[in-house]
Amino acid sequence: MTDVLTVEGLTKTFDMHALGDKQVVGLDDVSFTVRRGEFLAIVGESGSGKSSLLKCLYRTYEPTAGSTVYHPADADLATCDDRTVMAIRDSTLGYASQFLDEIPRVPAIDVVARPLMERGTPAAQARDRARELLDALGLPEELWEAYPATFSGGERQRVNLAQALAPEPELLLLDEPTSALDPETRTAAIELLSESTDAETTVVGVFHDRDVVERVADRVAVLDGGELQRVVPVAEFAAEEEEEVVA
Amino acid sequence: MTLLDASDLRRVYGDSCGDCVELTGDAAGTNQCPECGAVVACADVSLDVEPGEVLGIVGESGSGKSSVAELLALERATDGQASGDVRLDGHDGNLLDADYETRHRLRNGAVGLVHQHVRDGLNLEFTGGGNVAEKLLAAGWRNFGDVRDRVRDLFEETEVPVERMDDPTETYSGGMQRRVQIARALATDPDVVILDEPTTGLDVSVQARVLDMFRRIQREEDVAAVVVSHDLGVVRLLADRTLVMRHGRVVETGLTDRVMEDPHHEYTQTLINSVI
Ligand SMILES: [Zn+2]
Repeated sequence: MTDVLTVEGLTKTFDMHALGDKQVVGLDDVSFTVRRGEFLAIVGESGSGKSSLLKCLYRTYEPTAGSTVYHPADADLATCDDRTVMAIRDSTLGYASQFLDEIPRVPAIDVVARPLMERGTPAAQARDRARELLDALGLPEELWEAYPATFSGGERQRVNLAQALAPEPELLLLDEPTSALDPETRTAAIELLSESTDAETTVVGVFHDRDVVERVADRVAVLDGGELQRVVPVAEFAAEEEEEVVA
Repeated sequence: MTLLDASDLRRVYGDSCGDCVELTGDAAGTNQCPECGAVVACADVSLDVEPGEVLGIVGESGSGKSSVAELLALERATDGQASGDVRLDGHDGNLLDADYETRHRLRNGAVGLVHQHVRDGLNLEFTGGGNVAEKLLAAGWRNFGDVRDRVRDLFEETEVPVERMDDPTETYSGGMQRRVQIARALATDPDVVILDEPTTGLDVSVQARVLDMFRRIQREEDVAAVVVSHDLGVVRLLADRTLVMRHGRVVETGLTDRVMEDPHHEYTQTLINSVI
């Protein structure tokens, strides 16, 4: 199995000038690899650096040290120039946060179709793909042509996830993409994510819910205080929990 | 490939003592020379824009961002001494040194400008359609029917009601006037559009719609843009990369989301924290 991402010594320190140049450590010497087609879940307490890690991988945060070699583009995302990052984001690297980025007066279906159209897919085909995804995620059909601004948190999150999946990125970074979903929708989302990873999309996702992790992940990376504790196969992660419960 | 390449842009107002640039800027905490009182509106500003890319320039009033916009848009120097180098792919030499004729031709062709103040960009007594047609005529369009068709298409694209085409621009709402300005700037299929404070004077709800309209057209036409604004939200919505300016200097540059979420410079951190 080939690797998609090789992370070595990734470190992020924030210099807070307003706090008397106080330094806040976000990540400390994090190293791991991500294999093609796998689903790597990142878990940890809040404040453990999960979101910081994703943002460093996407270069929304500029790493202070270390490297993040993204093999499909043969580039170090930690240090390559801004234009290279833009080109990679526009082609094969996707990111979805917990929240939908609001675009006023764009119907849900076009929110999902847009990234495809921006990559050159004809409008009709892009909208077909959008319908497919929204349907798979269980968004009621009567909402497809409505503005997401009027939607519930769970409905918006479905649009957000569909938008992230639409362009079929090679590597998709997900930050708690199912946090607002009800159990039934969450199951649908998880199935869709699992299918997507089978179809050659690699996912690195931050999840809060242990149950979700055990259902979607191949391996689990555990963060604590900005340090990577371990990366284990999901079965081992599940077994750890049982031990904890027994103990 | 670089479309627009600008280096060492500088504009100074007043009689300079010769040391003004050294005595002003971010470290000095002012854009006014303590020696001679001259104002260094901008200095040492270099930037480049690739085809289809949107560059944001953010800063407070007095940061020099509008001076940079004027220089990039090849506007006639009002007063003060300007220097620097502006190059546009497909055109020879430093365009800041180009003759009046060349600059005039570029302003009516390859470079579009959306002025901060509607009155600087449009003749409000003309019809909306007339304001856009004027740009086409200046660019050499001669066939009345072609001009009329083009104006109609641009109105549709910028979401201005076509039936208002022959009404005086002063009877339009603020949002419509801004749309006409954008239609005018895009009329000649420019390579790059400069937008100076595109939301000035608009209600918040109208701002969002105008910006989204511009964003849609920008991506569809793949036209490059430089968006100058004091409003971080405007730059966040439109720009791929962002420059932060203060006291006439660029203090930070980066991917827009990086600048917004991981600001490095003390001033950028203050600017962003004051919004959140
Ligand atoms: Zn001086």
